[in-house]
Amino acid sequence: MPLPLVWLIKVVLIYGGLITVAAAMSLAERKVSAWIQWRVGPNRVGPWGLLQPVADGVKFIFKEELVPEGANQTLFRLAPILSAVPPMLAVAVIPFAGEVSIGGHVTTLSIADLDISTLYVVAIGGLGIYGVILGGWSSNSKYSLLGGLRASAQMVSYELSLLLSILVVVVLSGTLDLRQIVNDQAGPIFAWNIFALPVGPIAFLLFVIATFAETNRHPFDFAECEPELVGGFHTEYSSMKFALFFLGEYCAMTVMACLTTVFFLGGGNIPWWPDAPWLLELTCFLSKMGFFLFLFLWVRWTLPRFRFDQLMALGWKVMLPIAIANVFVTGALLSLGWFA
Amino acid sequence: MTTQLFEYAPSSPDSLASTERDDPVHGELMKLNMGPQHPATHGVLQLKIDLDGETMHNIDPVVGFLHRGKEKTCESLGWAKFFPHTDRLDYVQPLMNNIGYALTLEQLAQLEVPERGQIIRVLLMEISRIAAHLIYLGTTAIDLGAVSIFFGTFKERERIYSILDAYTGHRMNNSYVRIGGVFADVDDQVEGMMREFLNSIPASIDGWEGMLTGNRIWYDRNRNVGTITKEQALAWALTGPNLRGAGVALDLRKSQPYSGYEDYDFDIPVGTVGDCYDRYLVRIEEMRQSVLIALQALERLRTTRGGEFLAEDRRYVLPPKDKVHSSMEELIFQFKIVTDLRLPRGEAYHPIESSKGELGFFCVSDGTSSPVRCHIRAPGLYNVQAIPAIAEGRLFSDMVAIIGSLDFVMGEVDR
Repeated sequence: MPLPLVWLIKVVLIYGGLITVAAAMSLAERKVSAWIQWRVGPNRVGPWGLLQPVADGVKFIFKEELVPEGANQTLFRLAPILSAVPPMLAVAVIPFAGEVSIGGHVTTLSIADLDISTLYVVAIGGLGIYGVILGGWSSNSKYSLLGGLRASAQMVSYELSLLLSILVVVVLSGTLDLRQIVNDQAGPIFAWNIFALPVGPIAFLLFVIATFAETNRHPFDFAECEPELVGGFHTEYSSMKFALFFLGEYCAMTVMACLTTVFFLGGGNIPWWPDAPWLLELTCFLSKMGFFLFLFLWVRWTLPRFRFDQLMALGWKVMLPIAIANVFVTGALLSLGWFA
Repeated sequence: MTTQLFEYAPSSPDSLASTERDDPVHGELMKLNMGPQHPATHGVLQLKIDLDGETMHNIDPVVGFLHRGKEKTCESLGWAKFFPHTDRLDYVQPLMNNIGYALTLEQLAQLEVPERGQIIRVLLMEISRIAAHLIYLGTTAIDLGAVSIFFGTFKERERIYSILDAYTGHRMNNSYVRIGGVFADVDDQVEGMMREFLNSIPASIDGWEGMLTGNRIWYDRNRNVGTITKEQALAWALTGPNLRGAGVALDLRKSQPYSGYEDYDFDIPVGTVGDCYDRYLVRIEEMRQSVLIALQALERLRTTRGGEFLAEDRRYVLPPKDKVHSSMEELIFQFKIVTDLRLPRGEAYHPIESSKGELGFFCVSDGTSSPVRCHIRAPGLYNVQAIPAIAEGRLFSDMVAIIGSLDFVMGEVDR
């Protein structure tokens, strides 16, 4: 089997998987919320409502495309694409499992293994917010504009904490390569970065909180803010454009769940079993990822929403100082040989 | 006699000018139209807001989108036929409105309601209060992002609807109160359902409190937001939980007892700061107190079993149907009351403590079959009046907290 075909298989598998997970999340969101809220949830389309995402997709395609009068035509159409594409690009470097053998070729289960994949993920992931900002701004609606403004301020505040907590992991592992970071956490469970006392748990908490803000998820979903802004940046969107925003959101959540797994929970590593078969590693990875995806839903349907200024205060006055101090402590401890 | 003219003055005469101001730092203000079709305005309330970034200025509430001319309807329909219309005032507590109107008519007619009728009324009022406060809690929670609370409160409220369905035959818009009492007695099945509900609801309230009261996000969203001082609350004629949240222990059930409230043992929760959080705590505690009152009423229902629940006064109260078919006098009474129910000449105002505050009906009778004037003192209208002052200068996100905690229903605001 020629090598390009192997690459193609990997691309199709991983992207197909991502889209499937995103579609499944749209069902899971409703099923989990129903479970939390003493309801049943979708149960009409297919067994246990499993075909609901398909039905939704069909519905979205047949809905009328509306572009508001006075909207910036180009940007209005570009924004959903800008929102959906970056998280799909970012998934390319996620190391799902170790070496696999496809058609006689031994390869790793990720689309690309960059030696600066951490930087790549951060850079590409940061682009996703442009979709939200431009969508809000180009709609020619005051509520959308407010949503877009809030999103931009929020991204700036929380990206800092996110990056600084990643920096701790990078310092601990001494590499920017996601696969190396995963390999570095092989062995006993204490090799996971979350257990790199005392800085690991702090960085983990900061990272998880910042991922909620980065993906615009409750309790930080100010760009949407259903009761005040009536949907915020996507108030004016309909049909597949609206669906693309959702796809982007669920893909971003999936990528963030993957990154949390990679950075802090040892990726696909099974504790005390470094040479586990790749299928088990993949299962392990996906179950860790699944837990964080569930966490997104769990939090959303449990907590009230912050107010915008409280969110900024939390970002700048609490999380950022802790994140900076955490980086310094990590550096100091490393130079003292604490982690050796 | 001099005539005093009241000129309508918009709350912000310079708001138009201020949006076009030339401020080098902040630039223009943005005029934002919140409502009447907005998910957080709890009905068809329109709020014209000038936004400076996220800060609100010159808030101008516009009411009247749900105006159906209820007072005029009362004047043309006549005394008894207005009962179904009172259901539609504050439609989350129809029976409370029924009773408020009935009490006014009874005051006009000098009619005494039998003891069992009063006990049933108290029971219905407290059940209605719980239902209305559940709506408050659910909608306020959903506005502040705690969506699941909403489903919890509506699940419990559904049980109240089932009870009312079993008792009155309607889930909403019950119209089950008559001049002189209530239409029918509470039977064993309904009593059992009520007892079961009242025994289980405190645990549900504990559950919601566990999710909200000590929650840091909930506390921050409500504490020191929409603060009303004692003086402001009195000056704006606020009543009900909004007044008590501001620290004034005024409850008509205690200060001017009606329907035998003086015989029940309960407390009035009072706030200290007067912010959204205090109003939330007051309403939560009021639900618990309502449960206590309703349980006492159930106990009294047991001791007065078989008693009269509807006054025997054939000037105002319909005779039983089986007697109408067999007795000539009763047939005449039936005909007179249905076609031409007259109340004595005079005027009456009877306030009751509804879930939103002082709900009062003012009726003037000239001795004919319909009132000369019917005025409804709806607490919701006064609550809406407080919005501009307490929301001025706050962040836009606080508006949903303030609207939720003032707890008005546009059906009674606009009438």
